[in-house]
Amino acid sequence: MDKVTLLLWLSGALFVFGLLGVVIRRNALIMLMCMELMLNGVNLSLVTFSQQRGDAAGAVMVFLVFVVATAEVALAIPIVLLLVKHARSLNLDRFSELKG
Amino acid sequence: MSHTLALIALLPLVGFVLNGTLATALGGHRFGRRGAALIGCAAPLGSFALTISAFLSLQASGYTPVVEPLYRWAAIGGNGFDIAFHFDRLSAIMTLIVTGVGSVIHVYSTGYMHDDKSFGRFFAYLNLFLFFMLLLVLGRSMLVLFVGWEGVGLASYLLIGFWFDDIANAAAGRKAFITNRIGDAAFLLGMFLLYRAFGTLDMDTINSALAAGQGAMIPVSLVALLLFVGATGKSAQIPLYVWLPDAMAGPTPVSALIHAATMVTAGVYLVARMSAVYVLAPDASQVMAVIGVLTAFFAASIALVQTDIKKVLAYSTVSQLGFMFLALGVGAYGVAIFHVMTHAFFKACLFLGAGSVIHALGGEQDIRKMGGLRTRIPVTFWTFAIATAAIAGIPGLAGFFSKDEILWYAFSSASGGAAWMWGLAALTALMTAFYMTRLLWLTFFGASRMSPEVEHHVHESPLSMTSVLGVLAVLSIVGGYFGVPHFLEPQLPLPQVVPALEHYEHTLLYVSVALAFAGVGLAVFLYSGPASRPAGLARTFAPLHGLLSGKYFVDELYDRLLNRPLVWISEHVLLKGGDRMLLDGTLNGLGAMAHRTAALFARVQTGSLHLYGLMVVVGLVGVVLWSWRHV
Repeated sequence: MDKVTLLLWLSGALFVFGLLGVVIRRNALIMLMCMELMLNGVNLSLVTFSQQRGDAAGAVMVFLVFVVATAEVALAIPIVLLLVKHARSLNLDRFSELKG
Repeated sequence: MSHTLALIALLPLVGFVLNGTLATALGGHRFGRRGAALIGCAAPLGSFALTISAFLSLQASGYTPVVEPLYRWAAIGGNGFDIAFHFDRLSAIMTLIVTGVGSVIHVYSTGYMHDDKSFGRFFAYLNLFLFFMLLLVLGRSMLVLFVGWEGVGLASYLLIGFWFDDIANAAAGRKAFITNRIGDAAFLLGMFLLYRAFGTLDMDTINSALAAGQGAMIPVSLVALLLFVGATGKSAQIPLYVWLPDAMAGPTPVSALIHAATMVTAGVYLVARMSAVYVLAPDASQVMAVIGVLTAFFAASIALVQTDIKKVLAYSTVSQLGFMFLALGVGAYGVAIFHVMTHAFFKACLFLGAGSVIHALGGEQDIRKMGGLRTRIPVTFWTFAIATAAIAGIPGLAGFFSKDEILWYAFSSASGGAAWMWGLAALTALMTAFYMTRLLWLTFFGASRMSPEVEHHVHESPLSMTSVLGVLAVLSIVGGYFGVPHFLEPQLPLPQVVPALEHYEHTLLYVSVALAFAGVGLAVFLYSGPASRPAGLARTFAPLHGLLSGKYFVDELYDRLLNRPLVWISEHVLLKGGDRMLLDGTLNGLGAMAHRTAALFARVQTGSLHLYGLMVVVGLVGVVLWSWRHV
């Protein structure tokens, strides 16, 4: 198995772990971290393709994703803090008021 | 280019606008009663003066019809619709009647309506009516005529329901309006047919085209019948006459002006104006003559037993209009217009006289509660008596001449005259003489049947009213000597007389005079004696008397045949089936469906973030797999 395939498998694995974490875990902070894991999985594949094609576009995209991820975390952490203040818990199952 | 004709029509409109804005609650009653009366009377009097001057210049020009275009209303393709006025012998006569009788009735109204709180509104409406009526008789195009036609209907509606505080008056106005609408629909259809054939609605153009033999282009009989149906609505003929007796709910000057002298003769005018159509449609003319004579007969028989002074006069009007249509039906168009004129004089006099009686008695209209008024209100009595003699057909007075000519042509006209029509019409003339004398007798002769309270304040009407009665009484005497049919003959030729019948003319004359005197004599005999005499007669013929008092129960028949089925259909089919079930049902059903579907899907919204996430993942995976297979 060559390096590229290996890296792509790694990237896919990171993404799937992140996804499973978001779907399965109940802790808000863990879910956030899993989201970062997904983003980084994607970043890894972008960098890999960029290297393979000898083209900087993929690497530039990675920086874009970083910016988005930073902004997301900057918003998400205060929300989580407010939620914790409100319910004294990080368990998101306790925040199910918006059901139909 | 002069605008005399436009001015004739527009003066009353100016009066309407001024009185309507300044003498009513709308303008805060800025004009007092005197101002309103001044403007209200100045407009028709000005129109009358202008009409006389227009008539004189028409005479000076040797009766060449005057056409006065005012404004191009619309242009459709190559055809234009102009608002133009047309003045010839026929419209001259009609305009003179409308403005002349209209003016005196306006003057009368200043006295009659003096204590009414809506004095200004009354004169505004009256002027509005006059404007539309003048539009009707002066219009060159049928379109202008139709605007006037609808406008007088509106004014009639407004004035019948003038005292709308009483719901019965408002209902009477509505009835008049809706009944007229039926006729108007047919009138419109007739107009459409004429427009399709000739590409114009100018009546003189259509008439000359028809006279030049282009009648084959249209189904003439159909057009004639449709226009006649329109006329039956406005001129109160069978089967649409039912609104006129109810229209007596309006103030009495209104009954005199609109529902006796002018508006109801609009149908007669229409037929006379479009006589070229009727000349080519003998079948339709025959129908018209039969309807006319039947209307005359039935209305007169109802009038025999009515006890409301205005109702008697109303049925008498319907009956006289029947005479006019009989004349039109046998081709004697000029004679019909002659009767329009004499009828305008004596019927206006009778209605205004009745108004004077009602005024004197403080609102009492039941002739069973009158009597002995002869010496109490002498001017009213004498004018009323003269008008009664005129309508009864006493020789020498106006009604005699016109009615006798109608009877003669009903008998002898080569275009549709028949002996049975003459017989029925002569019988009607006898009944006319009878019921009018009965009315006169019960009102003015015999012992008083008034309550002491009413009797105490009986008074003769003011000069503004009695002078008008005098003028109209004089016209009822001399109106017959004007020779209108002869005057109109160059425009509306009289029908051929069957030669074999020519020598009957004098015999028939003597018969109709004898019938008039017989009717008067019979009524005097019956009502001058003890009260048991007419009462005994009524008891002997109780079923007939009941039928006549019930006005042949035509209103009840219409109610059963038309109103109730209509109400039933509206209620059960249209409201319950259509509106509630179909329309509301569809909308409510759609709403309920959306609601139920939403309730189903709402179960998915558990509020659990993880479930949402899972669903997103499943969806994404599904999309990826699907596109894998299909791309």
